[in-house]
Amino acid sequence: MTTGKKFDAEAYVDAALPMLSFAVDPAWRPSILANFRRTAEIAEAFLAFPLDDAEEPAPVYAP
Amino acid sequence: MSAARDLLLGESPAGRIAAAVRGGIVSARAVAEAALAEIDARDGALNAFTAVTRQRALAEAGAADAARAAGRDPGALAGVPYAVKNLVDIAGLPTLAGSRINRDRPPSVHDGAVIARLRRAGAVLVGALNMGEYAYDFTGENVHDGPSRNPRDPTRMSGGSSGGSGTAVAAGFVPISVGSDTNGSIRVPSSLCGIFGLKPTFGRVSRAGSFPFVASLDHLGPFARSATDLALAYDALQGHDPADPVSADRPAEPAAPALEQGAAGLRIAVADGYFARGGLPEAHAAVETAARALGATRRVTIEEAHRARAAAYVITAAEGANLHLPRLAARAADFDPATRDRFIAGALIPAAWYVQAQRFRRWYRDRVVALFRDVDVILAPATPVTAPKLGQETMVLDGVTLAVRANLGIFTQPLSFIGLPVAVAPLPTPGGLPIGVQIIAAPWQESAALRVVHELERRGIAGAPAAI
Repeated sequence: MTTGKKFDAEAYVDAALPMLSFAVDPAWRPSILANFRRTAEIAEAFLAFPLDDAEEPAPVYAP
Repeated sequence: MSAARDLLLGESPAGRIAAAVRGGIVSARAVAEAALAEIDARDGALNAFTAVTRQRALAEAGAADAARAAGRDPGALAGVPYAVKNLVDIAGLPTLAGSRINRDRPPSVHDGAVIARLRRAGAVLVGALNMGEYAYDFTGENVHDGPSRNPRDPTRMSGGSSGGSGTAVAAGFVPISVGSDTNGSIRVPSSLCGIFGLKPTFGRVSRAGSFPFVASLDHLGPFARSATDLALAYDALQGHDPADPVSADRPAEPAAPALEQGAAGLRIAVADGYFARGGLPEAHAAVETAARALGATRRVTIEEAHRARAAAYVITAAEGANLHLPRLAARAADFDPATRDRFIAGALIPAAWYVQAQRFRRWYRDRVVALFRDVDVILAPATPVTAPKLGQETMVLDGVTLAVRANLGIFTQPLSFIGLPVAVAPLPTPGGLPIGVQIIAAPWQESAALRVVHELERRGIAGAPAAI
């Protein structure tokens, strides 16, 4: 999933926030960005892990 | 003290109350009145309840007494008071899910499935319990209702998000409570409050009639003050329900009858690697204490657990955000700001990340389930620390300063992620506060986990501290 190109969380959030179906108070931006940045950092752990094409998602799950 | 109050605050109260009510030794009404009196007297300081269903409790207790008087079976949990996390529908009340926004919902018409099942078993609902807003929480704090406090030390967290469920059982208000666990919300309060808890296998207990959080990961399950009570509650709760799309169509497998077998014949191992570091020494020492008592010397490695936690985090954020988008659009200012900003950030997660997390989930599930070819039960810490102080935002683990809220679930998230059944047994620590050990079994093997919990309890290794 990763290409070595660094993900720019701030640029992404500033581009994506206005696309939501509702207005976001500018005062909330720092906290939203901090949360998203943290999510992006955490996601690296599995995005960097190679999966075979045969690994299907488990949205309806039977353990 | 009355006989009813003695039973309520004594050891293994659910089983003993049910036996006494069934035997005509005490009335269900007297037990319900004792529970309501304890709540009236002590919950002002602990804040477990957001609603007390007094009239209903007395009516249900009266029905149990009437059944017995008429020669009918009053049920396996006859007269046992219980309460539910306020995300479970209670007929006549709005389902708050810890929020301010849901207070404007119409009252529920029907009870949630778990209430219907406990009612059929003769149990008596005494109220709805405090929780973290929309279950996105590990602390038990709530900006709208105030925190549910830890009965072991009311200046400390109960743990979340089923905080009130932990507080109410640990305080002795009820022998049994029901909570939900998406990433650890039954197991974290069990550990911090020093009680027993069970997150059953995904799909084992119906979620119908409960307010969702993360459809892929949500579970409901019980809390109790003994292994026997936990098994009795679980047996009443389990079973297929077509009203929950993920409910497994398989027969109920009662756990209580097998408890006395204890750990005999079970292959028990300790999780090393990820689960053997990252907590304070008392968290890992509790696991070693349990392992020694069980004669468990084997170690197993749950590979890639840190990636599992990460994937659970992203699935939680993405599905939770999707669920709450209409409320974020209409009433963003009425959320707890911390919850709101996590949900809005979750709404921005790229689809590729979410799908990759779900694909990783299948890969990881296959590897972890394979471990159970060689072992029956795996032990791991439940929380990295004992109960933090209310309002505490950071903690130091392995020399690193970490956020309390995000990290109380480091040991629980990689397990609920793939729906394994996990029980928590509480152990004492040198500092006086309890801490939990997770007892992890293969899918559908709740009975094995509960047998180990029972073994630890009867050996005096695990146990809930006195209610008062």
